[in-house]
Amino acid sequence: MTTSGAPHDLPDTHASHTALEHIDLTGPGPHTATPGRAELPHRPPGLPTDAKAAIMDRLRDALADGGPPEPVAVDRGYRRLHGQGTDLIAMFAERVTDFRTLVARADAFTMVRTTAALLRRAGVRRLAAPPDHRLTWLTAAGAELVGEERQLTDRPRDRADGAVTGCALAIAETGTIVLDGGRYQGRRMLSLLPGYHLCVVRAEQIVGTVPEAVARLDPRRPQTWISGRPTAPAPTEESAPGPRTLHVLLLG
Amino acid sequence: MRIALFLTCFNDTLFPETGKSVVRLLRRLGHDVAFPYEQTCCGRMHFDSGYRRDAAPLARAFATAFAPYDAVVTPSASCAAMVRGRHPLLARDARDKRADAFRERVDAVAPRVFELSEFLVDVLGVEDVGAFFPHTVTYHPTCHSARVLGVGDRPLRLLRKVRGLRLAELPDASECCGFGGAFALKNAETSTAIGADKAAAVMRTGAQVLCADDNSCLAHIGGLLSRRHGGVRVLHLADILAATAPHPELAAYPPGDPAHASLDPVHPAPDRPREGVPR
Amino acid sequence: MTAVRREPAFLGMPPFPEAAHHALADRRLRAELRDTSRTSRSRRAEAVDELPPFVWEKLRRAGAVIKDDVIARLPDHLEELEGSVVAAGGTVHWARDADEANALVIRIAREHAAAEVVGVPAATTRETGLDDALADAGIRVRATAAANAGLTVRGADFAIAETGTVCAVDADENGLRSVTLPDVLVTVLGLEQVLPAWRDLEVFLHLLPRASTGERMSPYVSLWTGVTDDDGPRGFHLILLDNGRSDVLADRMGRQALRCIRCSACLDVCPVYTRVGGQAYGSVPPGPIGAILAPQLRGVNRHDVDAQTASLPYASTLCGACFEACPVRIDIPAVLAHQRAQLTDLGRGPARHREKAAMSAARWGLAEPWRLGLAQHAAALGRHVIARMPHVLAGPLARWTDGRDAPAPPPESFRTWFKRTNGGLDEGGSRDEVPGDTDDETAEGPSATPREEP
Repeated sequence: MTTSGAPHDLPDTHASHTALEHIDLTGPGPHTATPGRAELPHRPPGLPTDAKAAIMDRLRDALADGGPPEPVAVDRGYRRLHGQGTDLIAMFAERVTDFRTLVARADAFTMVRTTAALLRRAGVRRLAAPPDHRLTWLTAAGAELVGEERQLTDRPRDRADGAVTGCALAIAETGTIVLDGGRYQGRRMLSLLPGYHLCVVRAEQIVGTVPEAVARLDPRRPQTWISGRPTAPAPTEESAPGPRTLHVLLLG
Repeated sequence: MRIALFLTCFNDTLFPETGKSVVRLLRRLGHDVAFPYEQTCCGRMHFDSGYRRDAAPLARAFATAFAPYDAVVTPSASCAAMVRGRHPLLARDARDKRADAFRERVDAVAPRVFELSEFLVDVLGVEDVGAFFPHTVTYHPTCHSARVLGVGDRPLRLLRKVRGLRLAELPDASECCGFGGAFALKNAETSTAIGADKAAAVMRTGAQVLCADDNSCLAHIGGLLSRRHGGVRVLHLADILAATAPHPELAAYPPGDPAHASLDPVHPAPDRPREGVPR
Repeated sequence: MTAVRREPAFLGMPPFPEAAHHALADRRLRAELRDTSRTSRSRRAEAVDELPPFVWEKLRRAGAVIKDDVIARLPDHLEELEGSVVAAGGTVHWARDADEANALVIRIAREHAAAEVVGVPAATTRETGLDDALADAGIRVRATAAANAGLTVRGADFAIAETGTVCAVDADENGLRSVTLPDVLVTVLGLEQVLPAWRDLEVFLHLLPRASTGERMSPYVSLWTGVTDDDGPRGFHLILLDNGRSDVLADRMGRQALRCIRCSACLDVCPVYTRVGGQAYGSVPPGPIGAILAPQLRGVNRHDVDAQTASLPYASTLCGACFEACPVRIDIPAVLAHQRAQLTDLGRGPARHREKAAMSAARWGLAEPWRLGLAQHAAALGRHVIARMPHVLAGPLARWTDGRDAPAPPPESFRTWFKRTNGGLDEGGSRDEVPGDTDDETAEGPSATPREEP
């Protein structure tokens, strides 16, 4: 049971299930000193609440020599905005292309035709889309749309060839697309769908630099920043998906 | 301006010619230079090896020896960096009853210590020191000159003004030569492995002379070049800047070429065309 | 209580010079190191040079200041982080050492009845030896997340105290899978990886990709804050790992090592690392940062520190390339010199007795100018011996002449010459000829290189 040499005996699997669920998941959690926790018979005192206290003691001891820390002022002189004079759209397109990702620019009149060309080039038809996506232009471009949940199916004939999403914003300087589960983006899972990812970026969503992006993003949302060609995990794993193609449709 | 020469114990003992070159060079530029006999060592070797208690008295002695001078010039970037950067630390850590005097003195003296190229360019405001050295030279920026002191391109600006001198660009110039003071002995194998690459880079330039502003690094690289029969001499920057005639052991380059032929860098690597090199 | 630390790579390692001897003999390793470090260096230089002037330097300074604030107020930031993570639906655990961290992971895995976990390779889990601990506990570890994996353990790069957001900068999609597919996500984070505020990410997402891989941005950056309804894992556990970090914090000079964001830039610019590789250091991480971190973690300021640990602070030429490359300005050479002083004060440096005697003798000799003069005179007398038999030098000088020729001492020291000739003024005539052209009876001239003896 404790062959790992851990300093504390661990409860056996079955017994621990309820007890730990009570502590870790539904209770206030081991982050606070829970009265009554020490009464649990199978847990020696010291783990993990005492670990926190011990660590905090060590840290305070270690810092004791210096007195109270001086307040710091961070010089944000590095902060830059790409304003007038920089064509952010061109810069974004160029830097995404550096990753050998195909970028196609379109407007309201050409987007259906352009999308059709992209899908033909990628050889895909069945696309999973977030539920809130406006879909008519996609079907007009020849795509067959499947619900977001369909990506999870194991039956190949039901499986989507890839996904289409919007984005939260894009960063010109780094050629980055940021998804945050907001409108037109669906769940994180969509960006993992094997095969193909068509990402629609509207021109007004492009910001110049990383600081501008960080300022606009909501930290509470799960974010995925994609920069570069999707890379598949090591092919040794039998469950690993194949490579994925990323196309960017730049609107405006 | 009262100028003192801090030659360093290493140069004093092993490379007195470099000291003579500095004296000759400064006199030629119209400045007299004193050599305070009380000077010994900046304590760099002790400090870097962890013997701070042995380094502190040396720092004290240094501050005392050079206190009367307006400027201290040294042909060692490493020792200049020690005095400017580390002596204040040693003074700060001093705890005895003379500590305050030590700190005051270090604060007064340390900022007045200059490595040779800094002294020439920043203090004296000269780049053309009137030297003549008709040989191909490659310059190695030592770590303490480039990264710690930040002498920048001052040595190169000085070398470019030397008549007859051809500057060959050293590949991977900014990489350490592997000397590292006690490292050269404690990790001798690694030190020579690093130095061998530096020596190879020097030999690839086709230069006749390797120049730097620290004789310690030059002794290391020179020892490797000599062991490999590289045919490249090592000379301190001061020795070249003091020169007014061809080096007796080196053929003037190119033979018969007018002394002022070209000051442009040349790239004699075999895969590059030797454009602009008059033959 | 002394933390029990697992450090598999270190056990049984010989001191650095010996390990380096073996590494240097491996020609293929040296060629590989040369090529990879050269490529990394040029990529990094491109990524940095592309930014407008001074921006990189300002970012480095901001990064150092933010990290120093983290370090100076670590307990406060960690309390805040815990509160934010819990508020966002996550659970926070504290681990004093590697065993505690591993035990926590095993406990969480058992609690979810997971016979198999996905372990995404990470610095912290390598540090704790998690894979072995899981195997010992009978839990299988896979490196890649399959669809709908149960439990995943991974590291991360930053955690934001203000918001509870965890940020992972990944080279491939595996990182994204690991925060998307599992039911339960466990992240093992070093205490020092906390950042105060959300906006601080703008600094570190600038610094880390450019410094580590020379990319403008890494291929995948994933951020998660606790758990999100209907997206990603249902459970999130954050394990905060001390494992010696509080010891590092105790050293005012050495604590700047905790700024490290593990970009590995210092490795590729290090003249030592790029010749001997990572194995020779016997530390995780290796290279310059390992050479300052490992001795602190293992207690370089303790008297019983072992020979391998004591050799690490000397495994550097102090060339400063690491400091120059470091995106958070860790002054690695200064810390190395500090640790050498710690070792010396304890009498624990390599070759300590002889060296100490030599250093004391040198100090004695240098303390008074007349003693230096005396030593120089002795050296001048000995020069004939050295000049004729450069290979028979004994003691430390033999280590010099194993691979290099040694400079022969000149017949006369500078101070003797200066005194004798009144600084050259009494030598007569203009002495304006080239250096080396002296009446010196040796042919060595001013250069460091003696000519080969016939």
